[in-house]
Amino acid sequence: MKARHVIAGAVGALLLSGAAQAHRQWMLPSSTTLSGNESWVTVDAAVSNDLFYFEHNPMRTDNIRVTQPDGSEGKIENSATGKYRSTFDVHLTQPGTYRIASVSTGIMGSYMVNGEQKRLPRGTTKDNLAGAIPAGATNVQTTEASNRNEIFVTLGAPTATIFKPTGAGIELVPVTHPNDLVSGEAATFQFLLDGKPAAGLKVTAIPGGIRYRDSLGQMDLITDKDGKLTITWPQPGMYWLNASTGGGREGGEAMGAPGSTAQKPQRPAGPPQRRASYVTTLEVLAP
Amino acid sequence: MQRGYKLILGSSVVIGAATGAGAAQAETMNVTVTIPRLSVAEYHRPYVAIWLEKEGAAPRTLSVWYDVDKAKGEGTKWLRDMRQWWRVSGRTMSFPADGVTGATRAPGEQKIGFTNGKGPLGRLGAGNYTLVVEAAREVGGRELLRLPFNWPPKPGATVRVKGKSELGAVSVSFGK
Repeated sequence: MKARHVIAGAVGALLLSGAAQAHRQWMLPSSTTLSGNESWVTVDAAVSNDLFYFEHNPMRTDNIRVTQPDGSEGKIENSATGKYRSTFDVHLTQPGTYRIASVSTGIMGSYMVNGEQKRLPRGTTKDNLAGAIPAGATNVQTTEASNRNEIFVTLGAPTATIFKPTGAGIELVPVTHPNDLVSGEAATFQFLLDGKPAAGLKVTAIPGGIRYRDSLGQMDLITDKDGKLTITWPQPGMYWLNASTGGGREGGEAMGAPGSTAQKPQRPAGPPQRRASYVTTLEVLAP
Repeated sequence: MQRGYKLILGSSVVIGAATGAGAAQAETMNVTVTIPRLSVAEYHRPYVAIWLEKEGAAPRTLSVWYDVDKAKGEGTKWLRDMRQWWRVSGRTMSFPADGVTGATRAPGEQKIGFTNGKGPLGRLGAGNYTLVVEAAREVGGRELLRLPFNWPPKPGATVRVKGKSELGAVSVSFGK
């Protein structure tokens, strides 16, 4: 049961049932702006309700990848997973901006066989989809979900090499560099969905420290026709930024009753639906 | 204690362009930074950055005082705590920087002089400048002061501001 929770947390809130979707997945770096010839960041990774507190589940770390400023792959070190959070370190040895990301693409869905609805097993991908559906299955419905949870940290001056889009899922392209944010200033980001500007994408930003205030302080934004939006940071601190499309909690169509796929109105079998989610944690410094 | 940064001009101060032929022009800039003596349980000398800003021009770092003697350049780890300087100039520099970086300084009046056309000051073109002084102290706070002046100033012109926490009186005066 514990292992199952951990896995669900890693794959993302989208895979959980309605009740669990209230949880937020995040990575929180010890610092995003660093000086020196080399440095370390330590990152907490968890799934929780309040930001940024460890109170629900750890995030799994085995899918976390580090991209160094020159584009080469780095590594996480000293990784450990506890009851409520995971933690790991990244050694910054090159000047410039690093990406630390957990990216997953999976296929969810269901089919009818012998009059019974079955769900596709976790871990189903494009490659093994055919083998996951038994002969004689009817009313096959699939949804491809791309989830990206990433953070950026910079040693020295910010660089842009790592922002080359992959073309899969929701991606952030800086107009303002995400490690160059100051309260009171406006920052502009562009969002892509499968490599193209994501127009009309709903994006939310929530400042950390929720536990010690009454109101969420959530900022609801929507991208323009070029997939761009501008945020003026009301105060310094860590912000959780989330975007999703094609279902899911924020910014998508409703997913139906909690945990009850069978009660959802049947839709005809057809081309896969597209779901994607994006999470990042942004540090906004005081002027 | 003053609230905010109060700009106090010396009695004969003129902040304005020197005019006409024969007007003596200042060639030196003398900066005094008072580092306050603090009675705290754990005291470390502050990191201090001094730089020049001019609208439309890249900021120019004049002096940075940090823990230069630490092994393996570890003192550079905290340079980013002078966060405004780090953003406008520091993060594109390498350390130590010849003629710019030096050791941290003790509490008291610390003086540093610059000559037009020499060293990190370079040759200043006419215009409105701001001298900025930022201090950040380990296990302490941070403070930033801005001293606006017009170049070229008249010799003897002085701009003074007073800090509230991590900096005491800070002044820049101009001489021949």
